[in-house]
Amino acid sequence: MSTTEAIALAKLPRSRRRHPLAVWASLILLGVVTLLVIFGNLIAPDATAQSILDSLLPPGSPGHLLGTDELGRDVLALTIAGAASALVGPVCVALGSMLLGILLGTVSGYLRGPIDFIIGRWTDLLFSLPLLLAAIVVAGVFGAGYWMTVLLLILLFSPSDIRIVRAGVMEQAARPFVEAAQMLSLSKTRIMFTQVLPNVSSLIITNAMLNVAFALVAFSSLSFLGVGVAPGTADWGRQLTDGRAIMIDNPAAVLVPALLIIGVASAANLVGDWLGQTLTRTGRS
Amino acid sequence: MAHHASRRWLEVIPNPIARASRARPLGRMLVVRVLGTLGILLVLSIIVFSMLHLAPGDIVKNLLGNRPSSPDAVAAIRAQYHLDQPLYMQYLIWLGNTLTGDFGQSIRLQDSVANVIGARLGITASLSGLAFLLAVIVAIPLGVQSAVRSGSWIDRFATGFGIVGLSAPTFAVGLLLLYGFAFYVPIFPVYGSGDGGLDTLWHLVLPAITLALGLGAIILKLTRTAMLRELESDYVTFGRARGLPDRQVHLIALRNAAIPIVTGASLVLTFLVGGTVLAETTFALPGLGTLLQGSVLFKDIAVVQALTLLVAVTIATIALLADLAYIFLDPRIRAKEGAQ
Repeated sequence: MSTTEAIALAKLPRSRRRHPLAVWASLILLGVVTLLVIFGNLIAPDATAQSILDSLLPPGSPGHLLGTDELGRDVLALTIAGAASALVGPVCVALGSMLLGILLGTVSGYLRGPIDFIIGRWTDLLFSLPLLLAAIVVAGVFGAGYWMTVLLLILLFSPSDIRIVRAGVMEQAARPFVEAAQMLSLSKTRIMFTQVLPNVSSLIITNAMLNVAFALVAFSSLSFLGVGVAPGTADWGRQLTDGRAIMIDNPAAVLVPALLIIGVASAANLVGDWLGQTLTRTGRS
Repeated sequence: MAHHASRRWLEVIPNPIARASRARPLGRMLVVRVLGTLGILLVLSIIVFSMLHLAPGDIVKNLLGNRPSSPDAVAAIRAQYHLDQPLYMQYLIWLGNTLTGDFGQSIRLQDSVANVIGARLGITASLSGLAFLLAVIVAIPLGVQSAVRSGSWIDRFATGFGIVGLSAPTFAVGLLLLYGFAFYVPIFPVYGSGDGGLDTLWHLVLPAITLALGLGAIILKLTRTAMLRELESDYVTFGRARGLPDRQVHLIALRNAAIPIVTGASLVLTFLVGGTVLAETTFALPGLGTLLQGSVLFKDIAVVQALTLLVAVTIATIALLADLAYIFLDPRIRAKEGAQ
C-alpha cells in the first residue's frame, strides 16, 4: 500500500490520533526497562547465583521480595538481569533489519529493473515462511546461540522493511524534486540516499519501533521454547519455561516476567503507533 | 502511518479497485498465481531437503539417533537414504518419497513420521478450529462496531484489545490464564488433553482462548481497516443520502469489506502456526506444535522436515484459495469478466 493510502487511513480514526496518557505510561515503562538493561549488572550482580538451601521461597520472603525459583535464584534479581537479554537482541534485530530495509528497499524502489525483480522474489520467498516456524526450525536444528538468532531474525524481519522502504521510495521518486536533482546531474547514489531517503525516514523510524515490539515477542517465544538462549541465562522467556512447573510454590516467578513481556511489547507497539501518526502528520503538512 | 499492524497485515489488504483493474486476464492471472505458488514450494522443498545435510554433525549419526551404530545399521541407513548417490538424485528420491506420503522414520519416537503426525493432527486441528471460531465470533462484530463508531468507547476498547492482542506473546498470555483459571480459581484443567470427547474439549478451552486473543486481534484489525475504507466510499454516502437505514448501509459495507478480510486469511494462518506451537507447549497438549518443539530440540530431522513442508503446503494452498475466493467474492471482477 502506498504512503498516501496509509496516511489517509491514519487520519480516519479520531480516537487513535492521540492517546497521550497511554503513550506517556509506555514511555516511562520503556525508560525504566532501558535503565535496567544498562544498570542491571550493578543492581543485581549475581542474579544467576544458585542456592539450594533457599529454593522455592514464596514471594515476600525475607531478603527475596519475589521469592526464589527451584534452583534458589532470586526472582527479582533474575528479572532485573533478564531485561538485557530481553531487549538487546530485539533492538539489534530492529536496527539490522532497518539497515537491510534502507539499503535494499531504496535500491529496489529507485533503480527498479532486474535488481528490483530479484529483491522482490527474495522478499516473496521469505514472506511465504511463517516467521516463528522458520526461526524455531533453523535456530533449533542448527543450535544457534543468541547472536546467531539475532542474525536469523534480521533476515526474517527484513522483507517487510524492504517493502515498506521500497513503497515509500517509489512514491517519492515520482516527485518533481527528484527530477530537479536529476537535472542537476547528481549521481544516482546521491539522489537515492541524500534526497529521497530523508523523505521516507518517518516511515522507517516508525517501523523500526514496531519491529522492536515484534522482535521482543519472537525472541522471548524462542527462548520459551528452549531455542536461542542457553539454559541458565537470565532471560524472561526462559524464566517462564522454568517457572511453569513451580507456579503453585512461587507464582511470581511466572507472573512478573510474563507481565513484563506483555507490558514492554505493548508499550513499544503503542509508541511506534504514536510515532507513526505524529511523524507523518508533522512531516506532511 | 505504518501502525503496528503494517508489519505484515496491512500490506496484504489489497485495495479492491486497484486489484480489480489489474486482474483483467483472469485465466492468465490464475496460471501465474498457481505457478508462483509451485515455484515457492519447490524452492522451499530444496531448503527443507538440505536441512539434513546442513545440520551439524554426521548425517548417519543424525539419522541413527542413539541407536548403536553397528556397520550393518550404518550400511542400512546409507542405502535407505541413498547417501552414495549424487546430491540431486538424493533430492529427487526424497521428493518422490515425500510426495507419496513416505516421510521416513522418527528417531525420537521410533515410528514412521506419517503415523507420528497422524496421531497428533486431531488435537491441533481441534485447537485451531476452536480458537478460530472464538476469534471470528468476537472480532468481526467488534471490528464492525469499532469502525462504525470510530472514536467511541467501544472503538477505544477495541483499539486497546488490538494492541495488547497483537503484542502479547501467546505463551505469556497462556501462562497468565493458566495461573488465573487453573491454579488461582481452579475452573479449568492444568495440563494435557484429557481422555477424549467432551473432556478433551474442556481441556482445550483455555488454550483456545489464549490462541484466539492474538488471532482475534488480527481479524479485528483487518475488519476495522476494511470497514473504515468501505464506509468512506461513495456508495455508502449515496445509500445514506437515499435514506437507507444505517443497519442496511453497514450490512452492504460489510459485504464489500469481507473481501479483504478473506484475503487476509493467510496472515491469520501464519500467526496460527507459531501460536499453536506456543499454546500447545504452554498447556502441554500433545499436538503438532509440541511435536515440532520436541523434534527440533532432539534434532529429529525427518519429523521437522515433514512438519515444515506440511505447514508450507497448507499455507500456500490457503493463500491460493483465499485469492480465488477473492475473485469469486468480488462482483466487480466478475462483471469485468462478463463484459469481455
